[in-house]
Amino acid sequence: MSTPAPEDKKDAPVDAKRGPSVATRERRQGSINPSGETPYLVVEDLAVKFPTADGLVSAVNGLSYSVPLGRTLAIVGESGSGKSVSSMAVMGLHDRKRTRITGSIRLGGDELVGLSENDLMKIRGDAMSMVFQDPQSSLHPLYTIGNQLVEAYRVHHKVSKDVAKKRALEMLDLVGIPNPPRRFSQYPHEFSGGMRQRAMIAMSLINDPKLVIADEPTTALDVTVQAQILDLLNNLQKEFGSAIVLITHDLGVVAEMADDVLVMYAGRCVEYGTAEDVLANPRMPYTWGLLESIPTVSAANERLRPIKGLPPSLLNLPEGCSFAARCPYVDRVKGELCTTQLPDLLPVDGAGAHTSRCHLHDKASIYETEIAPRLG
Amino acid sequence: MSETKNDTPRDTLLQVRDLKMHFPIKEAAGLGRTKKVVQAVDGVSFELKAGASLGLVGESGCGKSTTGRMITRLLTPTSGEIVFKGTDIAQLKERELRPFRRQLQIVFQDPYSSLNPRQTVSNIISTPLRVHNLVKKGQELARVQELLERVGLNPEHHNRYPNEFSGGQRQRIGIARALAVEPEVIIADEPVSALDVSIQAQVMNLLEDLRKDLGIAFVFIAHDLGVVRHFCDEVAVMYLGKIVEQGSRDQIYNAPQHPYTQALLSAAPDLGTIRGVPPKERIRLVGDVPSPIDPPSGCRFRTRCWKAEDICATQEPLLEIKPQSTPGHTAACHFAEPKVDLIAETA
Repeated sequence: MSTPAPEDKKDAPVDAKRGPSVATRERRQGSINPSGETPYLVVEDLAVKFPTADGLVSAVNGLSYSVPLGRTLAIVGESGSGKSVSSMAVMGLHDRKRTRITGSIRLGGDELVGLSENDLMKIRGDAMSMVFQDPQSSLHPLYTIGNQLVEAYRVHHKVSKDVAKKRALEMLDLVGIPNPPRRFSQYPHEFSGGMRQRAMIAMSLINDPKLVIADEPTTALDVTVQAQILDLLNNLQKEFGSAIVLITHDLGVVAEMADDVLVMYAGRCVEYGTAEDVLANPRMPYTWGLLESIPTVSAANERLRPIKGLPPSLLNLPEGCSFAARCPYVDRVKGELCTTQLPDLLPVDGAGAHTSRCHLHDKASIYETEIAPRLG
Repeated sequence: MSETKNDTPRDTLLQVRDLKMHFPIKEAAGLGRTKKVVQAVDGVSFELKAGASLGLVGESGCGKSTTGRMITRLLTPTSGEIVFKGTDIAQLKERELRPFRRQLQIVFQDPYSSLNPRQTVSNIISTPLRVHNLVKKGQELARVQELLERVGLNPEHHNRYPNEFSGGQRQRIGIARALAVEPEVIIADEPVSALDVSIQAQVMNLLEDLRKDLGIAFVFIAHDLGVVRHFCDEVAVMYLGKIVEQGSRDQIYNAPQHPYTQALLSAAPDLGTIRGVPPKERIRLVGDVPSPIDPPSGCRFRTRCWKAEDICATQEPLLEIKPQSTPGHTAACHFAEPKVDLIAETA
């Protein structure tokens, strides 16, 4: 491993209330929430880079988004698109010595980038919490479920074990685990996959966090259990009013859960807007490609139209648009714009909160005439 | 090749009858040890016609992969018949099996663990060629390159190792290895579930081409209902080691009769919802799949079924054609009735 680089905090303002000192048009675009509500989580110009023996891996580049309380943002992308890396940066879970994080992450107005580990510990699990993909490996196998819940509560609350236990039982009941007193003293291996994920959700909500990041919460589960867990997350959000960031690769899940959608490709946001905007009126060839590649339960038996090729290496991102090499519409853009100049994330209709990163001029008409008919 | 026995219709390639796989387990109980069995597959029957594709769907633990492994004889069934072109291969010895191994190939789910990391692609693909004496010495490379080209890989890359390829490309190598021996049936065990959506579509299209161009029949094992609908003309839904419903794609997706199939379809998250065509009814199952060590009496689905009555606990429903069914559509339920509008239909 190469020597750890010092964190470059020059453009990450410590005074959070003032916001970023250099506010470009693009950055401001990102911080406006598609709903227009006051956001609770604001991510601005976030970049996450890992120095490795092979060079600098740019996992996330210039990512901006915001989530108000009571709303769900889905971050969609394929493996390696930076969706998990960016959310782990929000939670402060990256190894500081091996990661360079720049930009700004503000939670309820407080800047998180550059916080000490001790300060982060106070926020993590309390104001924000995370539900991981694999409940099998994210619960401690040697402690009872109850023990882990009680610990999670007592880290942030100075209460007796009995009070914490009462709270833990309440939470188990709330997430639909039958017979909480018995389940309380059981170990994770005695739980089924779906029950484990419920326990995981109980643990992440025990301190009543305002922000919940759910990283592929149902990917490891069967479809009937997935439906139960998605319903549970939806209901709990109604009850607690928390902001949810849902990371997923499954556009079906997005359609059922999300208020807003952010599509990531090769570490960058390529399209951002309300779920309706992005899924029903997408304005970026990569999003079109995703929608055209999924065989759905309701679709007719037509040939799938996959996206050709592979995503670029994050070690060596191409100049210009990262999607250009796989994009079927490159030749419709004048000159060699696509391969030489990175398109900005701009409003699709000149104004408004639906943005996309693409040089194409007639995105709307291409979608209406060519893509939409094929999607049915 | 065209020799068939009287009891098998002319174009039936593979017939599976009452196939069972019980895995013994030891469990300490009280003072002694009792022997229990996991009834992974418990009486599965279906037919596969030449060039057709049958989808086996179900949730984890329903026995779909075990069924696939028995058909390719990676597992020896506890009982039942696997009749391939008139010969029952269920209990054949390794030596007698060899000619059939050539006909029945499998593509695995995980493209990372199913290729030997220390062998070149050329070696991986040519091993089956050598084992079955299919090419003359000196022509192996030409055949390997032909196969690589067939699955959409660069033939020049035959000297590379699996780690130099991406997940989708590795899955293509696995497919090329299965194709090498010119099989008549390929068992595809979750062939695309480890891949990203855009790559998944590439591999799906490749499989479809193979089916059309080479006339290979597929048993397609998957949990993703969308993928199965796309690829299969015939679908069998499994639950806890048994087939609960079987029929053509349209029968299963448009008018499912078994409550489990209905729940499965209703639970699949669908893009249709966002385009303003939400399904009319939502079914949500409670609880989890029971243990296959001690499955429920009678109907195995009854513990999660909203239609269950006393008869379901005492009498096991048979997989049969119901009075209201269209021909060829079978369901194993005492209260089977078709339900439409479970999935959002796109115009």
